[in-house]
Amino acid sequence: MSLLVSFAHIAVLVIMIIAAFLAVMFKDLLPAVIALAVVSLLLSLEFYLLHAPDVAIAEAGIGAALTMAIYIFAIRATRK
Amino acid sequence: MKNEMSRIVRTVTTLIYGFIIVYGFYVIAHGHLTPGGGFQGGAIAASAFALLVVTYGDQGVKDFLKKDILSLVESTGLVLFIAFAFFGLGVTFFYNFMANSGGLFGNSAIIGINPGDLNTGGTIPIMNIAVGLEVLAALGVIILTMSAGSKNTKKKENS
Repeated sequence: MSLLVSFAHIAVLVIMIIAAFLAVMFKDLLPAVIALAVVSLLLSLEFYLLHAPDVAIAEAGIGAALTMAIYIFAIRATRK
Repeated sequence: MKNEMSRIVRTVTTLIYGFIIVYGFYVIAHGHLTPGGGFQGGAIAASAFALLVVTYGDQGVKDFLKKDILSLVESTGLVLFIAFAFFGLGVTFFYNFMANSGGLFGNSAIIGINPGDLNTGGTIPIMNIAVGLEVLAALGVIILTMSAGSKNTKKKENS
C-alpha cells in the first residue's frame, strides 16, 4: 500500500515536470495554456495524495479553472 | 473574430454548468462537515461562470450575469459576515452564540464516527454561506471585467 502511494507520488511529479516543460516549449499559445492547466490539476492531485483535500479543492478551482479562463481571454485579445 | 466557441463546446457547457453551480453550493453548505468551505465552494461556482463567459462571450451572458447584481451580492456577503461577528459581542467578537442553542444550526455535535449532522455548528455554517456568496460574486466580477477588458484591448490593437 505504501509502495503504491509512493509510486503514485513519483508518477504525478514526473508528469507534472513533463507538462511544465511542454508549457514552455509549445509555440502555439492555447496548447501551452492547456499544459499549464494540466500542471495545476496534477498539483491538486498531489495535494489530495498528501491528505490535504481542502487545498486540493481550492487549487483545482482557482488554478485549473479560473486562471485558465483569464489566460484564454488574454489570448483572444492578441493577434498572431 | 468570433466571440462564441464551437457547437460542441456550447452544448457541453449548457449541459454541465448547472451541475457545477449546484456542486459549489453543496461544498459551501457542507463546509462545517466535509473538506471545503466558503472559499472553495465559491471558487467552484465561479468556475462555472468562467465556463459560461469563455463559451458565450460576455455579450452572450449579459442577461444571466450582471456586474451590478454580483457586486450587490458581494457586499451582502461581507455585511452578513461582519454582522454575525458583531452579534456575538455580548461575550467576545466572533463568539459562536448559536452553537448548542437548539435553534437554527443549534444541535450539539455527536461525538464519535457518524455521518454528520448538517444542523450543527452555530454561526459557522452562516459564515461559510456569507464567505461563499462573497467569493462567488467577487470572482464573477473579476471574470466579467477581464473579458470586457480583453475586448477593449482587441479593439485598440486592430485599429
